[in-house]
Amino acid sequence: MDWHLLIAAGVKIVVFVFLLTLPLVAMAVWAERRVSAAIQDRVGPNRVGPMGLLQPVADGIKFLLKEDFTPAHVRKTFFWLAPTLVMVPALLTSAVLPFGTKLFGEPMVIADLDVGPLFIFAVASLTVYGIVLAGWSSNSKYPFLGGVRSSSQMISYEISLGLSVVPLIMLYGDLNLGHIVREQAHNGWTLLPLWGEGLSVRGLILAIPMFISFVVFTTAMFAETNRLPFDLPECETELVAGYHTEYSSMKFALFFLGEYAAMIVGSGLCVTLFLGGWSLPFGWLTPADTAVDVPFWQGLIHIGVFFAKVIAFILFFIVIRWTLPRFRYDQLMKLGWIYFFEIAVLNIILTAVLMWLLAPGSAA
Amino acid sequence: MSKIVQRPKLKWSERLYLPAIFGGMKVTLRHFFAILTRKKKVTMQYPEEKWDAHLPNHYRGAPTLVMDEHGRERCVACQLCEFICPPRAITIHPEEIASDEKWAKVEKRPKTFEIDMARCIYCGLCQEVCPEQAIFLRKDYVVVGHSREEMVHDKKRLYELGQTMDGLVHKWNELK
Repeated sequence: MDWHLLIAAGVKIVVFVFLLTLPLVAMAVWAERRVSAAIQDRVGPNRVGPMGLLQPVADGIKFLLKEDFTPAHVRKTFFWLAPTLVMVPALLTSAVLPFGTKLFGEPMVIADLDVGPLFIFAVASLTVYGIVLAGWSSNSKYPFLGGVRSSSQMISYEISLGLSVVPLIMLYGDLNLGHIVREQAHNGWTLLPLWGEGLSVRGLILAIPMFISFVVFTTAMFAETNRLPFDLPECETELVAGYHTEYSSMKFALFFLGEYAAMIVGSGLCVTLFLGGWSLPFGWLTPADTAVDVPFWQGLIHIGVFFAKVIAFILFFIVIRWTLPRFRYDQLMKLGWIYFFEIAVLNIILTAVLMWLLAPGSAA
Repeated sequence: MSKIVQRPKLKWSERLYLPAIFGGMKVTLRHFFAILTRKKKVTMQYPEEKWDAHLPNHYRGAPTLVMDEHGRERCVACQLCEFICPPRAITIHPEEIASDEKWAKVEKRPKTFEIDMARCIYCGLCQEVCPEQAIFLRKDYVVVGHSREEMVHDKKRLYELGQTMDGLVHKWNELK
């Protein structure tokens, strides 16, 4: 057995998931509160620690110390299972995200799978079980309605989510996220093909279907992560708190954190697919090949760039949340099935036609 | 009679929804950066910043007992405040002034005077009713305690809060 591979994977899991992603989850909660406060002309939590940065710690302690109340009318097994089913897939999907180039000669991805996006969609769709089980096992009407809404919403948008990535995969001809990012680092980000081979008529024209993909993908991701304007599973004004109404203490916190973890991993995926992952624009500091070892400081910069992009994307998530009102349920379904599904399918055809017309070998 | 309101016909750019999103984000981001760059003052950071200097003289804070300019007790234990107090927060136990004392004509003085701040509603009726101007609502508004007992202000505490105050007091008038 290759013990060093196992140990390296273990270290990467601990560092990336527990030392980088989970604190980022906490910080996202803090940022959500501070940004929403600023948008609404308030101050937000600024008491605990400098600028209130330790507020998530205080929240965590509060959640741990609160009474963990399980109502008598719930299905206990599933009631206990549901929160983990929300949290675990969200963190599992982070396994295939390339969050840097190399550090100490190790590629900065936990699992260098050749089916990255497929793995993410497969695992992320398990989240719906957590929400449905929570809604059903609570044995109470509002959680039930929230669970029902959530399942139909997530299943509907998963289709456009998956289809919107197809044009991109066609373009790169690869399902390995690491290779996709490397390609973008050399030849221009999917949305910004301004250097390398991307800076050509073909690259610029193909950026149009990529942009459509990006819009559909981002919107579908909002729906997948149950964020406003698609937070119908837990809309406070209609369903009390939706599927987690009956939950308390750390079990509730797991739902809460799972949502944010899903948001971070979703942002990570979006950054990886459309915004060049760990790469700096214009091919700066890009290693020529996978085999080439990068200096330690460059490896750190790449990780920093990846997380900077993710954080920027999370801020976008947050601003959208405090900008747009919630969709009505029929509008949500109409948007998912009548517009995005069709747009995603047409986009695949458009990309295929464009790639055929602009193939490097053809006269055009 | 019902009136049918025609929904406005939207242009295709409006139906696209994306321009509306950016319009909305422009509004939210304007507020966001106004706060971020401190162009807009939000609110007073209470425990650090206080508005105490601006409190008006008629501010109704905690009720207190006041002494006159010679440090003498103004209260004559008439118990009018105790009777008028709507939440019955005031408890007075009067005692008699012995006839050989100088101010025997006053007859009564408070042996104990307690205001239960857990009950007080800061209405100011005690101050209004007091014939000797002995009880005043001062500007203390932070009245806290760990137990109900701590929330009861006894005579000592009431004088600590009230201090002295000038003004006409009938009690020290020989003729009245």
